[in-house]
Formats: sequence, C-alpha cells, structure tokens
Amino acid sequence: MHDRLSRRSFIALSALGLGGFFALWALLAASALVPKLFLPSPVAVAERFAELTQQPFVGYTLQQHLLSSFGRFGAGFALAALIGVPLGLAMGWFRWLDGVVSPLFDALRFVAPIAWVPFAALWFGTGIGGPILIIFSGAFPPCVINAYRGAKYVEPRFVEAAQTLGASHWRMITEVLLPASVPSIVAGLRISAGLGWQSLVGAELIVASSGVGYLMVKGQSNISTATVMSGMVAIGIVGFAIDLLLRSLEARIHRKRGR
Amino acid sequence: MTAGADRRFRLAIGTATVLALAAIWGVGSAGQWIAPIYFPPPGEVWTAFVQVAVQGYADGMLHQHFLHSCLLVLYGFVAAVAVGVPLGMLMGWSRRAEAILNPAFLLLRPIPPLAWIPLAIVWLGLGDAAKVLVIWFAAFVPSVINSYAGVRSIEPHLLEAARSLGIPRAMLLREVLFPGALPLVFTGLRLSLQACWTTLVAGELIGAITGLGHLLYQGGLDIYPAMILVGMVAVALAGGLMTALLTLLEARAMPWRGR
Repeated sequence: MHDRLSRRSFIALSALGLGGFFALWALLAASALVPKLFLPSPVAVAERFAELTQQPFVGYTLQQHLLSSFGRFGAGFALAALIGVPLGLAMGWFRWLDGVVSPLFDALRFVAPIAWVPFAALWFGTGIGGPILIIFSGAFPPCVINAYRGAKYVEPRFVEAAQTLGASHWRMITEVLLPASVPSIVAGLRISAGLGWQSLVGAELIVASSGVGYLMVKGQSNISTATVMSGMVAIGIVGFAIDLLLRSLEARIHRKRGR
Repeated sequence: MTAGADRRFRLAIGTATVLALAAIWGVGSAGQWIAPIYFPPPGEVWTAFVQVAVQGYADGMLHQHFLHSCLLVLYGFVAAVAVGVPLGMLMGWSRRAEAILNPAFLLLRPIPPLAWIPLAIVWLGLGDAAKVLVIWFAAFVPSVINSYAGVRSIEPHLLEAARSLGIPRAMLLREVLFPGALPLVFTGLRLSLQACWTTLVAGELIGAITGLGHLLYQGGLDIYPAMILVGMVAVALAGGLMTALLTLLEARAMPWRGR
C-alpha cells in the first residue's frame, strides 16, 4: 500500500494504539469530566469481573449466567440448523418447494428477530421457550440461504451423473447435494451463530430471569456501570470463541477438500 | 425449461401458496381452530390497524411511530457512516493508521450492538439519544470493516498508474480510492442497515415513549395479538423501505455498474 512499514514498527504502533486506548479510558475515568458512576476505570471493571465470577449477582455467578445463556443459545441454534439446513437443501432440489417457501421466507426475513419478542412471550412464555424462538428467528435465515445456495449451484455434471445412474430423490439429496454444499453450509452456520448469539443477548435483555443479558439489565437498573461492562466483556469473549470455533471447523473442511 | 417459463412457474406456485395460507388463516380463525389469543383473526388485525392509524395506540398514531423509528435509524446510521467510512478508508490506505487503530477496534468488534443498550441507558437514559447511540454502534463496525476491505480490494495497478501520472492527493482520493471502495462500502451499509433496525426495535422494546418497538411492547403488555401483528408488519415495511432507498442510492452512486 501507500506507506510500507516493517513488521517491528507495525507491532510497536499496534501496542501504542492498544495502550493509548486503555490510557485514554483510564484518564477519562480518573478525570472529573465523567462521573465515576458512569465510567469506571478499566481496573475497576476487571475487579468487578473477577468479583462476579466469585459472588452471585441477581441469583447466580457470572459462569452460571453464561451457562444458562449458552444453553438457550445452543437450543435455538441447533433447532435453526436442524430445520434450516435440510429445508434449504430440499428447496435447492425440489423446485415446487422453492416456489412455495421462497415468498414466505422473503417476507419474514424483513422482520427483525427482536420484533418476535411479544409473540415469543405470548406463545412460549419468558422462561426458555420464548428466548429460543427469538434466537431461532435470528439464526434460521442464514442456514436456509446457504444450504439453498450450496445445493442450487452444485456441479450440474454430478447431478446428471447421479440421475443417469438412477439415484432417488432421497439419495440425490443425501449423497450428492449435501456433500457438495458442505462448505457453503458451514459458512452459513458461522453467520447464523453470530446472529443467534446477538439475538440471544437481545432476548435476555427483554425477557429472561437469568443469563448474561439479564445480568446486564440488573446492573443497569442498579446503575452499576462496572457490572454492565463486565457483561459486555463476557458476551464479547464468548461470541469471539464461538466464531473462532466455527472458523477452525471451516478451515478444516477446506483443507480436507484440498482447497 | 426456459427462464421465462421458470419465472411463471414460480410466480404461480408462490401466489397459490400465499392464497392458500390466507384461506387457512381466514377459515381457521372463523372456525376457532386458531385460538384468537395466540394468533389474531384477519378482522381483528384490520380493526387494530384502523385503531392505531386513526385514533392512535401506545401514545401515538401509526404514522408517528413509523416516522419516529425511521428518523432514529436515519440519524444513527448517517452519523455512523459519516465517521466509519472515512475511518475505514484511512485504515485501508495507511498501514500506520491501521496499526494504531485496529487493536482498539478488534476489542470492540465482538461486542454485539444490542449489548450496548444497557450501557447507553445508564449513560443517556431512556430517551432518543440512547437509541441513536446504540444504532450508531450497530452501523459503525460494518461501515469501518467494509470501507477498509473496499480500499484494500482496489487493484494495485490502478494506484500505481494513477501515481505514475502524478495525480494530486485529493484527486487520487476522489477519482481512485473512493469509487474503488464504493461497491464494498455499500455491501457494508446494507448489512448495517439491517443491524440498525434490529437494534432500534430492541431499544424501543426496553423503553421508549413512541416508536414501533414501543407499539410492539404495548401490544404485548395488553395481550393484544392483532396489534402485535400490525407492529411487526410495520417494522418489516419500514426496514424494507429503507433498504429499497439504499438500493436506489447505490444505483445512483455507481452509475458505471449497469445492472
């Protein structure tokens, strides 16, 4: 690009940037410009984070909150993948199904996942069912879209070959379309996990009585900014870890297929 | 099958599906097979629509809620683009800027926009400012990432050619960098616009005085499924409308990309 930098000065500048970020934060917190109540120092947040892992806040410790968030997320995400991927594959194969589902799907896609909150609460309550529906509505579309694309753009030669050999619809889907569209499906799962995790946070902010989102809401109503920030850190770390996991899965599949 | 016949086939089957679903909805509601507490009959939805459009519901008429939500999204979105796109382009252009800014950015990136809501409420209260701040976060990250990627995607030959012709800096920016980055910038804008709507609805569900999210919230509180449905359709329409406007803007901004 425009200016070339040695690797060493790049790292030095990065460290400077990172240090600058925390220094600015600490300085703002220490100055009288912003009340301490609203902007705790980085150290105060770290301390609060450690404290939350030891002492229960609104009933549970941070790990327990994370666990219950993760359970909801896992259920909603698994449901989205288990329904969405086969549906997408089938839509890619059966043209009539594509015609039936596509208009509905396109209409529903414009509804923000969070807008399902009132119905989710009405239909499934606020315990576990409601949040799962919201995660599902966030995670579902990328599963369908990517499986559909994967199946739709499979090498026509493979399809023709299998057809000449007299493969049934079922074998066609499981043995030709599914393996050929695995990379696209995994890419879709990664997007859908990200959106699902986000929807979970939203769901927990509004309807839930445990979970990291709930912890943040309670922190907010107690005006404990450090608690809110600890929740944000925990959400960021878990979201990052989920993404990393699926990224490595993706890389592994690509390696296996020699791409 | 030819493309035209395929389109007709899809159109026919799609129309048939929508009509069939409408029939199931109408007959099922009339015959009480669909419990009206869980899903409203068509007549009630119409009544709810008329009620909110003419008399008002949840402290405002439908167009007031609609406009209020659209304006908040617009403010946050425009502010985020105004900061995010130049920042991302700067990071794409200068390795030095990238080294300094990227670490802080990487730290903030995994935090989903929705997780900023409690913090925004602590800082700014339940008013419009908090929502604009959160929408700003939702649109900021994709704007930066895609503008960065956009500058990076420019062919090095083009830059070298421009430079060897002795082009002044301002002109390089206007004639090469900006148009070159534009396609990816718009991809980012489209992604972030959807994130903005999700965030806005979540923010308004948590606490607001007017807006579509508040309409949904009130509908949920009163266990008024017909009003919830009206609210959801309004959210989908508002999101779809803004996406359509963005697509128009995209076509205007990049006339060289004939479709």
